[in-house]
Amino acid sequence: MTTLSPPPGSEAAAPSAGAADDGPSRPRRRRILPDRLRRAGLPYLLLLPALVLELLIHLAPMAVGVVMSFKELTQQYIRNWGEAPWTGADNFRIAVDVNAPVGEALLHSFLVTCAFTVLAVSLAWLLGVTAAILMQESFRGRGVLRALFLTPYALPVYTAVITWSFLLQRDGGMVNHVIHDQLGLTDSEPFWLIGDNSFVALVVVAVWRTWPFAFLILMAALQNIPKELYEAAQVDGAGIRQQIRRITLPSLRPVNQVLVLVLFLWTFNDFNVPYILFGKSAPEAADLISIHIYQASFVTWDFGSGSAMSVLLLLFLLLVTGGYLLATGAGRKRDV
Amino acid sequence: MRRSRARNAAAVTLAAALTAVTAGCGGGSTTDGEGSNDNPKELTYWASNQGTSIAHDKKVLTPELKRFEKQTGIKVKLEVIPWDSLLDRILAATSSGQGPDVLNIGNTWSASLQATGALLAWDEQHMKKVGGAERFQPSALAAAGAPQKDPAALPIYSLAYGLYYNKKMFKDAGIDEPPATWDELVKDGKKLTGDGKYGIAVEGGDPVENSHHAFILGKQHGHDFFDPSGKPTFDSDGAVKAVKQYVDLLAAEKIAPPGNAEYAKRESVRDFATGKAAMLLWQAAATSLKSNGMKSDEYGVAPVPVQAKGSGEKGTRSMVAGINLAVFKNTDNIDGSLKFAKFMTSDEEQRTLNAAYGSIPPVKAARSDKAFDTPDLKVLREVLSSSSAPLPQVPDESKFETLVGNATKELFADAAAGRKVTTASVKKELSAAQQQMRK
Repeated sequence: MTTLSPPPGSEAAAPSAGAADDGPSRPRRRRILPDRLRRAGLPYLLLLPALVLELLIHLAPMAVGVVMSFKELTQQYIRNWGEAPWTGADNFRIAVDVNAPVGEALLHSFLVTCAFTVLAVSLAWLLGVTAAILMQESFRGRGVLRALFLTPYALPVYTAVITWSFLLQRDGGMVNHVIHDQLGLTDSEPFWLIGDNSFVALVVVAVWRTWPFAFLILMAALQNIPKELYEAAQVDGAGIRQQIRRITLPSLRPVNQVLVLVLFLWTFNDFNVPYILFGKSAPEAADLISIHIYQASFVTWDFGSGSAMSVLLLLFLLLVTGGYLLATGAGRKRDV
Repeated sequence: MRRSRARNAAAVTLAAALTAVTAGCGGGSTTDGEGSNDNPKELTYWASNQGTSIAHDKKVLTPELKRFEKQTGIKVKLEVIPWDSLLDRILAATSSGQGPDVLNIGNTWSASLQATGALLAWDEQHMKKVGGAERFQPSALAAAGAPQKDPAALPIYSLAYGLYYNKKMFKDAGIDEPPATWDELVKDGKKLTGDGKYGIAVEGGDPVENSHHAFILGKQHGHDFFDPSGKPTFDSDGAVKAVKQYVDLLAAEKIAPPGNAEYAKRESVRDFATGKAAMLLWQAAATSLKSNGMKSDEYGVAPVPVQAKGSGEKGTRSMVAGINLAVFKNTDNIDGSLKFAKFMTSDEEQRTLNAAYGSIPPVKAARSDKAFDTPDLKVLREVLSSSSAPLPQVPDESKFETLVGNATKELFADAAAGRKVTTASVKKELSAAQQQMRK
């Protein structure tokens, strides 16, 4: 690494040291590329493998998906989708026509997904940050508690969510046993896997699944805040609340910016949790867009329509993500 | 400044990478033709999950596949695939061209999968190699592809819906014989409901089960879910009546427990076997009931009730249910695949396999075996040959199962939550389902 990119200021010293070691008679090795060019090109060289893989794994299928979205791709053509007839923007027109059933259902699903994402990400972050702050203090059993908190993140998603589906069954499920039979909180045993409550069930399981990640990241970030800041604040008479408001949260800001983005994208696109919890046909109240697109593509065998919906979703996510990155990037510049 | 631009570029790339997961999947292409014999000593077989578990299936099939290997020298690599992922796997195999040589398909999917062009057509020449079309029960063969076309598969297991009833619970309630009409079923169901027990168990959260009952009841109301040209007619009066009548078992008549609205993992079979419900509409349930601890003399089987006794096609009591065996057109062991199909549809294998799974052989010669003379199979055999109809063999059939089945599931959920299920609400759900079939 160092031969490729010597630290600034060491360029002059390095060859002369080498010359001294090898003796005066050895000719100085010629560099193929001038230093400036090497320095400028190095980041791109290092990015190259990632870019190639990115192209193969993501961008090429994305391009294929975009092409498919302009085709009438039903089961007649899935063996050779290149032969499927072009439909122009029909698939898109139908997907965004909110006065017709397909568009109306897609809009409903989109709104459900937005509500789900906002709730699940906020709760996961709130839980994560609270737990991370509490875990900073050293106390007996802290290690065990930390490990316990991380369990949902470490468990295989299928095992965890299928267990939830058993717990949430109306008859014989542990959740109803506790809230209805033992605590008497409800008049009758509620349904969690069908009907309106399925949305609540989905949020609970998603938060349970994602908050340990927020906890893990924030815990690591908290370790990096210098203790002196808190000591100084204490000397100045700042209480715990003030310390959190004035020191902890501002220091966590760069980490939070990335964390919230990652949680947003994971949650918005989450397929595993709803699929395992509800199967191929999610209840209307919990009809997340990932399952909705899966249904359009793989259950009703209209891959063109499903692709159009995917492209629309991709554009939305790019827009939101791009806007978010620009906004937070601008914020960072102001800080500097 | 330059740094921040580079960082922004990297961030946008990262964003693209993270969001790319939503992009569609790639499409494959395969060559046409009738397969090859490039790999004559090996076959890959995807079996559907017929037994009580995947392990059970492996136990049943492995000795038979060994026998085939001994006869032909062809090794069969077996993979048993659960029902809930079988269709996805078949679609993936179809689009990628990387599938098995031979596979099981639900017979209701035959026309839909036939439309993909991925399955070998059983024309006269291929049929000859398995002994001719006349060896099979005509109704079973009718559920192997669209009418006027060569079948896309061969029937290997036949099933029919029957009304399973708990003898002791009927006796205790003073009911002498199983109901023959739906009115009688509701009347009996009310007598049997009480003390935490219910008249009937339904699998209300399972779209496929729902669609089958909608189809049978639809036929009884003189309705098909597709018109003769193959266009969907999901929300016509007959369809609305059929779906409402089925959901009303829970919604209006209250002879099915509300909890059944979320059943989708065969919980209704368990509830019937454990005496929580006195009746069950199921296809050849003997093996499942046994695995749930119910003895064969504890239950009886009667034909599914009709609207009124003796009424032609309206007397349909079951769809022609069953499993077919198909060959992927692009197999690299076409001769071996045909030999394997012949082996699986041979009289002897048909007896062995159908006896193991509690199903009925669609091969006529195998039906006479004593194993299929049990009281329940006798009833189901009679239903299959005299009062069953194949689900519409149209390319959109699999969409019907999903969309109408889902609509019914939503209506069950409404009913369980205490909302009223009316003719208007049923029609609204079915209309929405039909609109999804926009093409």
